[in-house]
Amino acid sequence: MLAFILRRIFQSIVVLLCVGVIAFALFRLVGDPVNQIVSIDTPYEQRMQIRKELGLDDPAIVQFGRYLAKAARFDFGISYQFRQPVASLIGERMPATLELTFVAALFSLVIGIPMGVFTALRRRSFLSGVFMTVSLIGVSLPTFLIAILLRYIFSVQLGWLPSFGRGQVVQLGWWSTGLLTASGLKALILPSITLGLFQMTLIMRLVRAEMLEVLRTDYIKFARARGLSDRAVHFGHALKNTLVPVITIAGLQLGSIIAFALITEYVFQWPGMGALFLGAVQNVDIPVMAAYLLLVSFIFVVVNLVVDVLYAVVDPRLRANLQAA
Amino acid sequence: MTEPVLSVRDLCVEFVTRRGVLRALDRVSFDIGKGEVLGVVGESGAGKSVTGSAVIGLIEPPGRIASGEIRLKGERIDNLSPTAMRQVRGRRIGMVFQDPLTSLNPLYRVGDQLVETIRTHLPLSAAKARTRAIELLAEVGIPAPERRIDGYPHEFSGGMRQRVVLALALCAEPELVIADEPTTALDVSVQAQIITLLKRLCRERGTAVMLITHDMGVIAETADRVAVMYAGRVAEIGPVRDVVSRPFHPYAAGLMGSIPTLETATDRLVQIPGSMPRLTAIPAGCAFNPRCPHAYARCVAERPELLSRGAHAVACHLYDEPGVDAEALVQRDKVAAAVGRSRA
Amino acid sequence: MADVTLTTPPDTPSRWTRFRDSDLLASFLSSKLTMVSALVTVVMILGAVFATWIAPTNPFDPASVDLMNSLFPPRWIEGGDPRFLLGTDNQGRDIWSAILYGMQVSLIIGIVGVIIAATLGIGLGLLAGYLGGRVDALIMRVADIQLTFPAILIALVIDGVVHAFFKGAPREQTAFGVLVVSIGLSFWVQYARTIRGSTMVEKNKDYVHAARLMGVPAPLIMLRHVLPNVIGPVLVILTINLALAIITEATLSFLGVGLPPTQPSLGTLIRIGNDFLFSGEWWIVAFPGVTLAVFVLAVNLLGDWLRDALNPKLR
Repeated sequence: MLAFILRRIFQSIVVLLCVGVIAFALFRLVGDPVNQIVSIDTPYEQRMQIRKELGLDDPAIVQFGRYLAKAARFDFGISYQFRQPVASLIGERMPATLELTFVAALFSLVIGIPMGVFTALRRRSFLSGVFMTVSLIGVSLPTFLIAILLRYIFSVQLGWLPSFGRGQVVQLGWWSTGLLTASGLKALILPSITLGLFQMTLIMRLVRAEMLEVLRTDYIKFARARGLSDRAVHFGHALKNTLVPVITIAGLQLGSIIAFALITEYVFQWPGMGALFLGAVQNVDIPVMAAYLLLVSFIFVVVNLVVDVLYAVVDPRLRANLQAA
Repeated sequence: MTEPVLSVRDLCVEFVTRRGVLRALDRVSFDIGKGEVLGVVGESGAGKSVTGSAVIGLIEPPGRIASGEIRLKGERIDNLSPTAMRQVRGRRIGMVFQDPLTSLNPLYRVGDQLVETIRTHLPLSAAKARTRAIELLAEVGIPAPERRIDGYPHEFSGGMRQRVVLALALCAEPELVIADEPTTALDVSVQAQIITLLKRLCRERGTAVMLITHDMGVIAETADRVAVMYAGRVAEIGPVRDVVSRPFHPYAAGLMGSIPTLETATDRLVQIPGSMPRLTAIPAGCAFNPRCPHAYARCVAERPELLSRGAHAVACHLYDEPGVDAEALVQRDKVAAAVGRSRA
Repeated sequence: MADVTLTTPPDTPSRWTRFRDSDLLASFLSSKLTMVSALVTVVMILGAVFATWIAPTNPFDPASVDLMNSLFPPRWIEGGDPRFLLGTDNQGRDIWSAILYGMQVSLIIGIVGVIIAATLGIGLGLLAGYLGGRVDALIMRVADIQLTFPAILIALVIDGVVHAFFKGAPREQTAFGVLVVSIGLSFWVQYARTIRGSTMVEKNKDYVHAARLMGVPAPLIMLRHVLPNVIGPVLVILTINLALAIITEATLSFLGVGLPPTQPSLGTLIRIGNDFLFSGEWWIVAFPGVTLAVFVLAVNLLGDWLRDALNPKLR
């Protein structure tokens, strides 16, 4: 087990290094950083001086090492756009994104799994048909259209929920949370539904497909032949086997939740990292782009690691393979 | 004969598909007495497994029991409510499936699956159920059951898993066990052990057994009586000695001819020409008529019913055709087959 | 009794007969939903292709646009102008025409993007599967890493990088190329994985061995012998990817990093309309939004049907 985790950690580090190379390459290849600092009429000697001070004359590998060392200390340089340290820019916005992502993921699991189980068990019922149709629309509609639609209905027409922003936030140390105020919670509803809807439909369809597959297996037939109750067969035997692959996909989906958070944040003017990144792309703010990429891949890698371990906890076969290996 | 444990009368099972209604079982009738082993043989698709599923009430849509009766100790069970049927399954009828590798849920310990089943049917505390589970494992010949009970299925070999499956099928002392090809997926060396075990356990308990298989060797050794199925119908049924040594139905005769024995081992085995019709294209009259060497006009026009002579029943027109010496016909076939073999 | 009767092999039917009798056609005809979505897809594609003839005005042509006509509601609503079926936007552009032209743009970018993705993916997949070893390891590692990142994020990064390279160039000139490349580079992994898997199976078959023994060069074996046998599953991915590519383009344009308002795609139109959501001009966003949603839904339904129909396990 330990060997497995160590191996996965090693692989994760490789992935992070690759992303690091890309992030670093962004700096090196895209324009001369000196140009970002000096003005057009700075004399050549002074430019060379700055180059030297910035260490741009060192071999690429040395620079790369320095970049990584700094990144490990959360020093991602200065944003071209805001003239502020990138780390503090991201730090301010991270809680907003993480709260949104977490609530959306929770929403998609809590609603998606029961819906998937229901549609698998009552395949021919009317409600299943409704769920499947809704899910198809959910999968097909682009996130930004869902956002616009929800905003139009609940903010513009009904006026029930705020159409933008995070509401009132409370500071807990450096973390600003919207989960503790009424307006913060209200502001969270539409963005998290927008963000979670696609994942919810995906999880629902996945659970349904897996469940149908599992219900066809011999061990389910055998469980029925032993006279176990439907509840024991469906929720004891079938669901547990269904959830094994669902865990993996749900974990991988966290990546896309973070990516789609970007769109949601844009539409709802949510003050998170995604909106910051989007602004960076539009304004070619390389330090912010690079830092965001590194951070996001770090989150992905950690989540994948957790998923792998969870997978082994659920499935004894895998555990045995790992012990053998 | 006392009241049979299982009595099936004119059972028809249909599958509704896009291409119309398929009849998987067509007026199947048979009995199994207490402590008796009925072997059910036939090619794949003959309806053996469907019969087993119908008896235990696990025909899945689009399949359905269209007509007929299934009685367990005289009580009808084919029209029970799902809840009532669930109390029959596992409690009064146990089932063993073909592949022990896939019959057990890989995510649960063997003991959990046993305890769960025991407690579903018997009013036992968790601790008592566990004790019973260990006893059962010991009885089916699993070494060190106190330790193995906490193992996962993948830690058991195929033969050991089939023993666990047997323990699961027998854990509530059912009156009938349906064993659907219990040895097909196992190594040859293990097959005999499992069959012996099944037979011993059931004899000790007086459990009736419906042994579904296409292995004639297993039938000859294990069964008391045997039913030969063809295209969803019973072609011949009777005591195993009679059917194996003196089969009457031309299909049964062909099937018995395909058992390798010491005399034929060096020779070619007899084949039945052609193949069983698909359910979509069962011929009129006798389903076997296109392949039957003795087919005549009546076989195409009229479906033969099961006709009993003593304990032996056959669904073939020749069996009651006046002036035909059935016995002689069968003997002639054997000679013809032998000639054919020597020619080949 | 000992003779063996062989079943006579059936006559090999023509390709059309096989299609006519196949379950593919049967399942197509049996599903009304599939037929409707096929019809919708075809109608919309035709609308996009013939936009130039169908559309009453050319929204790309500044001369045909009059600011005096701005913000008319749809024709059937009070204050609507009979010239503008679905109303006009803030610059006086006819929404109906803009949708037709926008569909055209979205479709072209989607198709070209998917073609790039498929070509890249199939090529790399063939190489990885056929050559194996280090080439395989390298390609699949890159694919694995990329797969952890959602396509939209990759498209955004590529977009940002390319714009950084051509800082001087106006968006009008680079937007199309950037979008197409972003989509192409974001979606190749799926093709590569599928093709690699089936190539690894095919390459051990006798016909490939035979071709190799006859001295057919490797590239020719890959293209002429292996490719035709592994290309099947790609069809389903292509269909579903087209919908995804169109969504990606629309999303990028909506986020303001795709096509500029002067060459509007559906996404750009929705972006423009979104600004008028609160002032009551709902039609600017509603019609392009519905068009995009319906098109994507129809293509997805087709893809779903195709996948199920070609998957023998589900039949």
